[in-house]
Amino acid sequence: MWKRFRSNMGAMIGVVMLIAVIVIALIAPLLFPDGPWQMVQRPFLAPFAVDGLPLGTDTLGRNVAAQLAYGAQVSLLVGLVSTLVALLIGVPLGALAGFYGGYADEGAMRFTEFFQTIPNFALAIVLVAIFEPTLFSITLAIAIVSWPPVARLVRAEVMSVRTREFVDAARLAGLSKPRILIQQVLPNTVSPIIVMASLMVATAILLESSLSFLGLGDPNAMSWGYMIGAARTVIRTSWWLSFFPGIAIVITVLALNLIGEGLNDAFNPHLSRKGKA
Amino acid sequence: MSETLTVERLTIGLPEGADRPFAVENVSLTINKGEILCVVGESGSGKSMTANALMGLLPQGVDVKSGRAMFEARDVLRLPEADKQALRGAQIAMIFQEPMTALNPLMRIGDQISEVFAAHGLYTQSERRKRALELVREVGLPDPEKIIRAYPFQLSGGQRQRAMIAMALALEPKLLIADEPTTALDVTTQAQILKLILDLRKRRGMAVMFITHDFGVVAEIADQVIVMREGKVVERGDAAAVLDNPQHEYTKRLLDAIPTGKFPEARQLSDTPALEIKNLRKTFRTGGGLFKPVREVHAVDDVSLTVARGEVLGLVGESGSGKSTLGRTAVRLVTPDGGHVMVGGVDLAALSEEELRQQRNKVQMVFQDPYASLNPRQRIMGALTDGPINRGVPKEKAQAKARELLEIVGLGADAAMRYPHEFSGGQRQRIGIARALAMEPELIIADEAVSALDVSIQAQVLDLLRDLREKLSLSILFITHDLRVAAQLCDRIAVMQKGRLVEIGRVEDIFLNPQQEYTRQLLAAVPGADWAEPEEVTA
Repeated sequence: MWKRFRSNMGAMIGVVMLIAVIVIALIAPLLFPDGPWQMVQRPFLAPFAVDGLPLGTDTLGRNVAAQLAYGAQVSLLVGLVSTLVALLIGVPLGALAGFYGGYADEGAMRFTEFFQTIPNFALAIVLVAIFEPTLFSITLAIAIVSWPPVARLVRAEVMSVRTREFVDAARLAGLSKPRILIQQVLPNTVSPIIVMASLMVATAILLESSLSFLGLGDPNAMSWGYMIGAARTVIRTSWWLSFFPGIAIVITVLALNLIGEGLNDAFNPHLSRKGKA
Repeated sequence: MSETLTVERLTIGLPEGADRPFAVENVSLTINKGEILCVVGESGSGKSMTANALMGLLPQGVDVKSGRAMFEARDVLRLPEADKQALRGAQIAMIFQEPMTALNPLMRIGDQISEVFAAHGLYTQSERRKRALELVREVGLPDPEKIIRAYPFQLSGGQRQRAMIAMALALEPKLLIADEPTTALDVTTQAQILKLILDLRKRRGMAVMFITHDFGVVAEIADQVIVMREGKVVERGDAAAVLDNPQHEYTKRLLDAIPTGKFPEARQLSDTPALEIKNLRKTFRTGGGLFKPVREVHAVDDVSLTVARGEVLGLVGESGSGKSTLGRTAVRLVTPDGGHVMVGGVDLAALSEEELRQQRNKVQMVFQDPYASLNPRQRIMGALTDGPINRGVPKEKAQAKARELLEIVGLGADAAMRYPHEFSGGQRQRIGIARALAMEPELIIADEAVSALDVSIQAQVLDLLRDLREKLSLSILFITHDLRVAAQLCDRIAVMQKGRLVEIGRVEDIFLNPQQEYTRQLLAAVPGADWAEPEEVTA
């Protein structure tokens, strides 16, 4: 599995890019001990105009490089945590629906459809607008809008695995139903879930950026979306203020997508588009 | 006789990393006009690859390395794709194992046959239709007018295979390649299809290359036989000569592995029953809506039978006869609608879900598909100890027992720490048997437990079961569609048809002196019946 993943060029590039972003996020406090909000120079300094400010300064004279590094923290944190929460909601619900069928299935799926009928982004905006816009509420809002596809995927996988003969064998061994579900069925649905999760992190980062762009971000957290949003009025005079955070988003999302596809090919070698099995 | 096809030293390479460098190595064969050549071999012997190479249907990464195949003075292996296309269907036709997937599910039968003409630009629309009708009639499909307007899902397996044959015959090919065309069919249907192929051969003088794993089928239809193993031809010759006087060790082994008419010695059966089924009923209801009547299938219809302690009872029937449902009801994977399943004084059919979990160990099952019956993400040790530990057996004891059982089924104790994918189909089936034994059951139900295996592996697993029966005095309900397999292992045989028990009796009685018409039909349909058991028939 790992061997197949490693032989996939795109996926390895994705891993390298993602690791770079993670490292930058982690060492941000060491690189920029003053934090992202500190005014360090004149506003609107272009990149490389002054030593020590390779990406210039923003409308208030803050260091863009520092903002980017701290923004990485927020983006990754929101992306990972919201995906985890979405999995925590989606996997159990989908598993129960798929395994028990009948009324459990009907109930869970109608509930899921209720969320699917509302456009993701609109629901996220409403949720954040209702709560205080904090990192916590934003993460929760993103999780709430992204779990339904997880539930549907897990349900479908569980439904197909539960008809396999080894599940019958486990029943004959006298194992209880919850134990069969957790011990026998769920481990066999892990690979598509991992693939989906890696892509969901990317979507979550985009959602968070969009929310911050609209000014619905946490006012106490520097994020890429907020940077672009704040710079949009001066986009013609100070291009770098929206360009660099934009690039950061593209790189991170691209890396996650590459990894997701690499995982998918590694888990399902027969479906790989590379041709050679 | 004139030669239709001559293959000379055909070698087909496999992609790197396969288990051997060549799928087929140095294979030569000749098929004469009007002759049936059977290519026999177990899975992975390269028999299908040979056929696919002739049709130009090799999968990606697999290609012809050397050799030639002369058909009408042309080498079909080296033809450009366009010529190959013209050849396929028109001169060489092929039928496949699985008629459901080989037919387009969204097209009517008649249209699919007409399409063969259309693809080769022959005839007008109305003529195509007329010819399609003739073909449908020729392959013996009932009610041709109606059949050509039917969709594949409306046909039974045997009818679909006939439709496939009609398509293959459409352009009067000189060579028909049949790749295991009867493997997916019931014995009685298989017998009909074989008869149809023999008929057509006689009427049209086609050459037929018939690929099979079943020597019974060979005995039924072959003129010439080629036995393949791991890509090489190990034996060739007249059908009669190969069957009666095999030269190669491997052929002998294959022939020995085939259940012949020799019955196991009759054994004294004990009087205490291990399993008593009384008036068991199970009805499946499907469909049904506001305006649609509910469709009812009586899968098990008032069946009563007993399996004595230490007895192996064979449950034989065609697909849809309810034999599997009976087995699954006996272990309560399916809850019956009525009747009793008495095991060791407990009626399994009447227990609640929770009580049942406590009694689960009494009846265990060995499943058909060795690839689906083990959890790919669980070590063998886990599969073997989950049940016992759940029943309260201490972990150390359960693991020791699991190792011991793996020794008994012939895998060795170190198999315990491995994952299922490291084992072959036959080995997995042994693990399945060990798993059933680990629960110390009073009865084991083997549901088509050897059907998915090659004959030689099948023989080994049957040996193992026979062995275990002696050693542990096991009681087994052995469900199978194959009368020959049942004859090898069982003490008594029960025949089921459409959910009802038709006949039950000792193996010799069923084989030599069947009481019911249906049993006689089944016996007559067994391929190679006359060849395999001449003594018994005259006895």
